[in-house]
Amino acid sequence: MIGGSGWWIIPLAVLGGAIRVGTPFLFVSLGECITEKSGRINLGLEGTLVMGAMSGYAVSYMSGSPWLGVFAAGLVGIGMGLLHGAICSLQRVNDIAVGIALMLFGVGLADYLGKPFIQPAAPQLPSINFAWWSASSEVQNAFKINELFLIGVALVPLLVWAFRTTRWGLILRIVGESADGARALGYPVIPVRIIATCCGGFLAGVGGSFLSLYYPGAWSERISSGQGITAVALVIFARWNPKLCFYAALLFGGAGALGPSLQAVGIHGGYYLLNALPYILTLLIMIVTCSPKRNLVGAPAELSITK
Amino acid sequence: MVEEAAAAIAAPNGTVTRRLLAAASGAAAEAVAIPLGAIVVSLLVFGLFVALAGVNPLAVYGYMVEGSVGSWFSVQNTLTRAAPLILTGLCTALPAQAGLMIIGGEGAFVIGGLVAAMAGVALTGAPAFVAILAMAAAGILAGGTWVAFAGALRHWRGVNETISSLLLNYIAIAILNQVVEGVFRDPRSLNKPSSPSIGYDHMIATIPGTEIHWGLVVGIVAAVCAYVLIRHTTIGFAARVAGGNVRAARMVGLPIARLVVLTCFLGGAAAGLAGMIEVAAVQERASADLVTGYGYTGILVAFLARQNPLALIPVAILLGGISASGGLLQRHLGLPDAATVVLQGIVFVVILASDAVYGRIPWFNRPEGNA
Repeated sequence: MIGGSGWWIIPLAVLGGAIRVGTPFLFVSLGECITEKSGRINLGLEGTLVMGAMSGYAVSYMSGSPWLGVFAAGLVGIGMGLLHGAICSLQRVNDIAVGIALMLFGVGLADYLGKPFIQPAAPQLPSINFAWWSASSEVQNAFKINELFLIGVALVPLLVWAFRTTRWGLILRIVGESADGARALGYPVIPVRIIATCCGGFLAGVGGSFLSLYYPGAWSERISSGQGITAVALVIFARWNPKLCFYAALLFGGAGALGPSLQAVGIHGGYYLLNALPYILTLLIMIVTCSPKRNLVGAPAELSITK
Repeated sequence: MVEEAAAAIAAPNGTVTRRLLAAASGAAAEAVAIPLGAIVVSLLVFGLFVALAGVNPLAVYGYMVEGSVGSWFSVQNTLTRAAPLILTGLCTALPAQAGLMIIGGEGAFVIGGLVAAMAGVALTGAPAFVAILAMAAAGILAGGTWVAFAGALRHWRGVNETISSLLLNYIAIAILNQVVEGVFRDPRSLNKPSSPSIGYDHMIATIPGTEIHWGLVVGIVAAVCAYVLIRHTTIGFAARVAGGNVRAARMVGLPIARLVVLTCFLGGAAAGLAGMIEVAAVQERASADLVTGYGYTGILVAFLARQNPLALIPVAILLGGISASGGLLQRHLGLPDAATVVLQGIVFVVILASDAVYGRIPWFNRPEGNA
């Protein structure tokens, strides 16, 4: 049943996969972290992710530069974030409902606009080989790390620092904790939330471009099935803490990589269920960590989802 | 509003009656006019969108009318597509009464269809009506339990029901694929794994004289029943109180847990029944084709209908018409099949933004009400 390479390659493949599969989770959850800190939730990041994947691939194909694709995906993400932020700023409009609408809209629009880009091959993002010391192809595979992941890793301490010590981070947190308090202090609540949603959209768009420009590495309508929404749930689990978002993203990436890793060594049983592992894991984690009685530790008080 | 007006009729004071009636009719007119206005705006935005792609928007509108109501064939196509949308719309609209935002219609549809197909295959050889009833019961139970789970998690664990119900969609689809590729696979289905057939004589028939299956009638009856339940029974009233103000509901001792789980169960049951009908009236077997997107469109149907079960019926027909016209748009104008999904997305965004205009248009809110 199993090839000559042995069982040891499974944990190795899961580790490498955790980084590969986890990168979009990392970007989306960091972006959502910024948005939720301002007191809004954007469930539309699923749509943003797919739009980012489509536009990143398209721009990379047309311009020949994958980094330009990443940037374009981020810009599209800002656009989607602006749409969400602006509509939610209208009176009596529910941010969760707008998120659902933008999720369906984004997926449909990406499908529509992405039709011509299903066939052609776009230039892919480069990766750095951290396993020059090993001759084994499995090890090489696991330690071939994409530059975008490293950028995501660098973002984690940056965000922690920005939230904690910068003026911008403080304003963001005030707006998320108490809109009335922020108004009393003279900070504009709605513009701050719109900007925070745009930042979240930018990162989610970049996360989407990773899907089409590195792993799995091609554009198709079904490129994301729920990674965006899982990442939103992951932020709750990570208690709005970028550092925990990073660990959670790796955990979810590992869960997502388990199916393909087992398949690579010839184990095909339960393929679909294994691929659904991140969703099952998310649900289980939410069941364990949520509580009906108390507010979640670290939750921005203005957040509708935890009220 | 309607109840208030009805109560006022019983009161002796004529002026109060007239004013309340005027307010109620104004609100009702507003509830119809604003969504209609939102649809018109969405169509204009969509027209602009296709115009940017170099397609004549007037041709698009023309083919949309032709493809949805232009011929008897189109009308039947529209109504056939409307049937599951009424039921999946209920999956969002019923829990909404108790204040929950459930988007798990797709998962309940898939699970309902899968379990119904299992029941159908198990009952090969049984009388047709027994098999069909058993399949319906299986679909209802499976779909209902699936969504009730999200409701229970919300109540007892505080898990956000929007996220959990969406996750359950992906899990349901994974279960479907796993089951039809494994234990429940018809060995003869080579290229596309699917379950064995439920048997042609166990299929739901069409309404005599039409190509429309009886699912449409089932959907309409379900919507009417849901309306009666919500508006004219104690349970429905209690659910709406709980949805409006959970603290007040708790204070007067309403059984919130039961209300939340029950509305979720009924919503999921409706979507599960839609899945059963899809298997028993259209596809004859369970396969990956059960992932139709009806569950997601149902969310839009519920929001367009402002969560009112009766209003689901015309809204579902409208959206059924939009999706029915997709084929013509593709054939004659070369628009991708996702065009109708884009339009649905635009409608959804505009309809939510239109929430901000309620109570702002003076024409519907004349204080003295001489309408």
